[in-house]
Amino acid sequence: MGVEGIGASVVRKEDRRFITGKGRYVDDIKLVGLTHAHFIRSPHAHAKVKSIDSSEAMKMPGVVGVLTGQQIVDDKVGNLICGWAITSKDGSPMKMGAWPAMAPETVRFVGQAVAVVIAETKNQAKDAAEAVVVDYEELQAVPDIRAAIKPDAPQLHPEAPGNVVYDWHLGNEPAVKDAFAKAANVVTLELTNNRLVPNAMEPRAAIADYDEAEEHFTLYTTSQNPHVARLVLSAFYNIAPEHKLRVVAPDVGGGFGSKIYIYPEEMVALWASKKVGRPIKWTGDRSEAFLTDHHGRDHVSKAEMAFDKDNKILGLRVKTHANFGAYMSLFSSAVPTYLYATLLSGQYVIPAIYAEVMGVYTNTTPVDAYRGAGRPEASYLLERMMETAARQLKVDPTELRRKNFITAFPHQTPVIMAYDIGDFGASLDAAMKAIDYAGFPARKAKAKSEGKLRGIGVSCYIEACGIAPSKAVGSLGAGVGLWESAEVRVNPVGTIEILTGSHSHGQGHETTFAQLISDRLGISINQVQIVHGDTDKVQFGMGTYGSRSLAVGGTAIIKAMEKIEAKAKKIAAHALEASEGDIVIENGEFKVTGTDKSIALPMVALAAYTAHNLPDGMEPGLKETAFYDPTNFTFPAGAYICELEVDPATGKTSFVNFVAADDFGRLINPMIVEGQVHGGLAQGIGQALLEGAVYDGNGQPVTASFMDYAMPRADDLPSFKLSHTSTLCPGNPLGVKGCGEAGAIGASAAVINAITDAISNNKLEMPATPDRVWHAIHG
Amino acid sequence: MSRIELTINGKAVSADVEGRTLLVHLLRENLDLTGTHIGCDTSQCGACTVHIDGRAVKSCTVLAGQAAGSNVTTIEGIAKGDELHPMQAAFRDNHGLQCGYCTPGMIMSAIDIVHRHSGKLDEATVRHELEGNICRCTGYHNIVKSVLDAAGRMTVLQAAE
Repeated sequence: MGVEGIGASVVRKEDRRFITGKGRYVDDIKLVGLTHAHFIRSPHAHAKVKSIDSSEAMKMPGVVGVLTGQQIVDDKVGNLICGWAITSKDGSPMKMGAWPAMAPETVRFVGQAVAVVIAETKNQAKDAAEAVVVDYEELQAVPDIRAAIKPDAPQLHPEAPGNVVYDWHLGNEPAVKDAFAKAANVVTLELTNNRLVPNAMEPRAAIADYDEAEEHFTLYTTSQNPHVARLVLSAFYNIAPEHKLRVVAPDVGGGFGSKIYIYPEEMVALWASKKVGRPIKWTGDRSEAFLTDHHGRDHVSKAEMAFDKDNKILGLRVKTHANFGAYMSLFSSAVPTYLYATLLSGQYVIPAIYAEVMGVYTNTTPVDAYRGAGRPEASYLLERMMETAARQLKVDPTELRRKNFITAFPHQTPVIMAYDIGDFGASLDAAMKAIDYAGFPARKAKAKSEGKLRGIGVSCYIEACGIAPSKAVGSLGAGVGLWESAEVRVNPVGTIEILTGSHSHGQGHETTFAQLISDRLGISINQVQIVHGDTDKVQFGMGTYGSRSLAVGGTAIIKAMEKIEAKAKKIAAHALEASEGDIVIENGEFKVTGTDKSIALPMVALAAYTAHNLPDGMEPGLKETAFYDPTNFTFPAGAYICELEVDPATGKTSFVNFVAADDFGRLINPMIVEGQVHGGLAQGIGQALLEGAVYDGNGQPVTASFMDYAMPRADDLPSFKLSHTSTLCPGNPLGVKGCGEAGAIGASAAVINAITDAISNNKLEMPATPDRVWHAIHG
Repeated sequence: MSRIELTINGKAVSADVEGRTLLVHLLRENLDLTGTHIGCDTSQCGACTVHIDGRAVKSCTVLAGQAAGSNVTTIEGIAKGDELHPMQAAFRDNHGLQCGYCTPGMIMSAIDIVHRHSGKLDEATVRHELEGNICRCTGYHNIVKSVLDAAGRMTVLQAAE
């Protein structure tokens, strides 16, 4: 309805402040009496902290205090938690070592904080930090996942013998064994999913402010989920009870998962602000981001797939080792288990699946959810497997996929998920048409005549989004519910405020959510304000991750709106002396259907607040709240095809074309949706060609700056050709599925499949740098 | 501490700065011009790009003292009142931003790119020229579109003037 409603590519309401330099990020905020924190971090990957001498530092200009890990332990600030309990094959709970916010005794990765200096200025804090003497006793470090599980490996935590956090499995092992016993062909694949650094452009930052008079804390922080931060800080870290702690996440410059977690710096800033009696600001620099923002991926896997004589899949067996780094981050345990193995059926009918996942500690930065979280790893493994199988079975890779596509819905996979709807053939058709798949052999031949190796690679992904329902995730070990809340306030003058527990850090909620209201009431999006990111304003919420904001948070808004509309119709009917059932809402007016009688929304709102003439027994006011818990995950899916050329002389890859055909259900703002896909594709392509966090044998990171870690730049990427197919999600009233992670989930396999096709060698790991590709060609 | 004088967004400014103070810190911390952002510590990301005497410069590579006497323009200084600069309008109209953090630097770089190429740009040139500005949200697709769109708008405006 209307030019600003569902389906309209309206420009974003929030953009004006960003393009004029008026965005308000955490580091932009100044408080009276503000001090500045600088953390002292371990230069060693594994060491004992023998002593910390801050006596000289305390004499330096402007120093307010130097606080250490032992003090935070003495003050009984809680250790960092992992919020998803995973049970090993043998029934034992996962085994975790303690993680204090600053290390009192042992450091286990480079960059782990041991102390903090607080001073009047940032430079004074940095200067004084140079004068703090920390005496370390170096221990042997193990950064590599394969080395960490060897019998003689250095041990990180006494609680986790052999550095194993859990040894978990999912699926039906005997059924898979039977499938392989009767297989006509078996395809095997070994691969690594490279470790990535999220690198949101805004470094993490926190301002903590303790008000002694009210015994109340305020935390301004770079968070994707401020309410979860408040809950965890209160319930587990003993900072303050919830009613004495306000968490504000203002404009946040990107997250991609890395700003879900509650980090040591936020805990220390809160604790220290009370200790020194001053507000404290900490703003990380990029080096700290590389060292301490939780990384993503880092799997080593072996997979086998069994086919019958007609190339139908009979079974899949996967064994994965997942690197957790030195400590278990907030949702880390769920990523290589319930967000990974549950997607191993992909878009295919696979009668039997068995997955084993061993989670391992190493002396590296903790690993947790990064854009896609488990689903990119599953998709990469499966889609490389399908391409490998097609080559081995000598069939066209699109035909092999088509032969095995799930075509009847709902479909129960052998790994928990029940896909509600989809049309995988339609996405593949759209992508093949967009790239002229049929014309590829001729293009390849022409490129060959010009000395170039041309390849084409397909990736058909599916993901599970929304990350809910709460009852289901609770039964799988989640420590929280994963619903969302919304409050709709219709003000007396008829303007509307929507308070949402979702958080926008680039996704465009201020526009998309306003479009939902515009669509229902026929009013301008400028009459609607979206309020988010402040625990003092919004009662509760679970935040933004897992492509859940619209499917879960948007549905909560719809549910609250239904209540608003029901009450408003009663008021309108009363005022117009009509029957409630005859009232319709059009263009911001409540009309009596079939007549010319109407009353405008502002008059209905005013009537609700003056309460001079309301139906008998009705409460004044026009404000409603809804908590919405979904009935299932949503299942966005699509097909990506990449065509590229490799220069055999240099190993350099050049894109010819990249097409994406996605099924996200209904699109609210297609312009914003396409922007989300572009960004996801860039991260997926970045993983395939450029990015990789590398540690040397002693656990020293060697890719800890933008000089060394290859972030995708404008000239590394092509323009993308996007198209959409649509099956409406039956699980929510909007019919939406989520679009934030798709690109990052589907793109990597398409790129690597295209390169391996071009060079006729399937042994290639990510990132496929020119060096690696050259060696894959020339040996 | 030493006193420096310079012009920022058309206004004369004097400030007391340490020798080590970077221009970006002067802008953000002394002058509250927080639209100029810091995204790295190795002069790679370009989030802090401003104009010094009309040329795009990463303000983390310049000491505040070095900028003395120069004419500095930041993201806050390019709109004429409520009227956006064509580059700002193009970024909005083409969805050339998501989280907004790299955006001020992108816009300041992009204006300089259009000027240096006299508005004659193609996709490959824009991509190459944007090499010093990192964005993690957009995949650059819509940024490239925005810059090409703005190049047209700026040329039209220039012709009109």
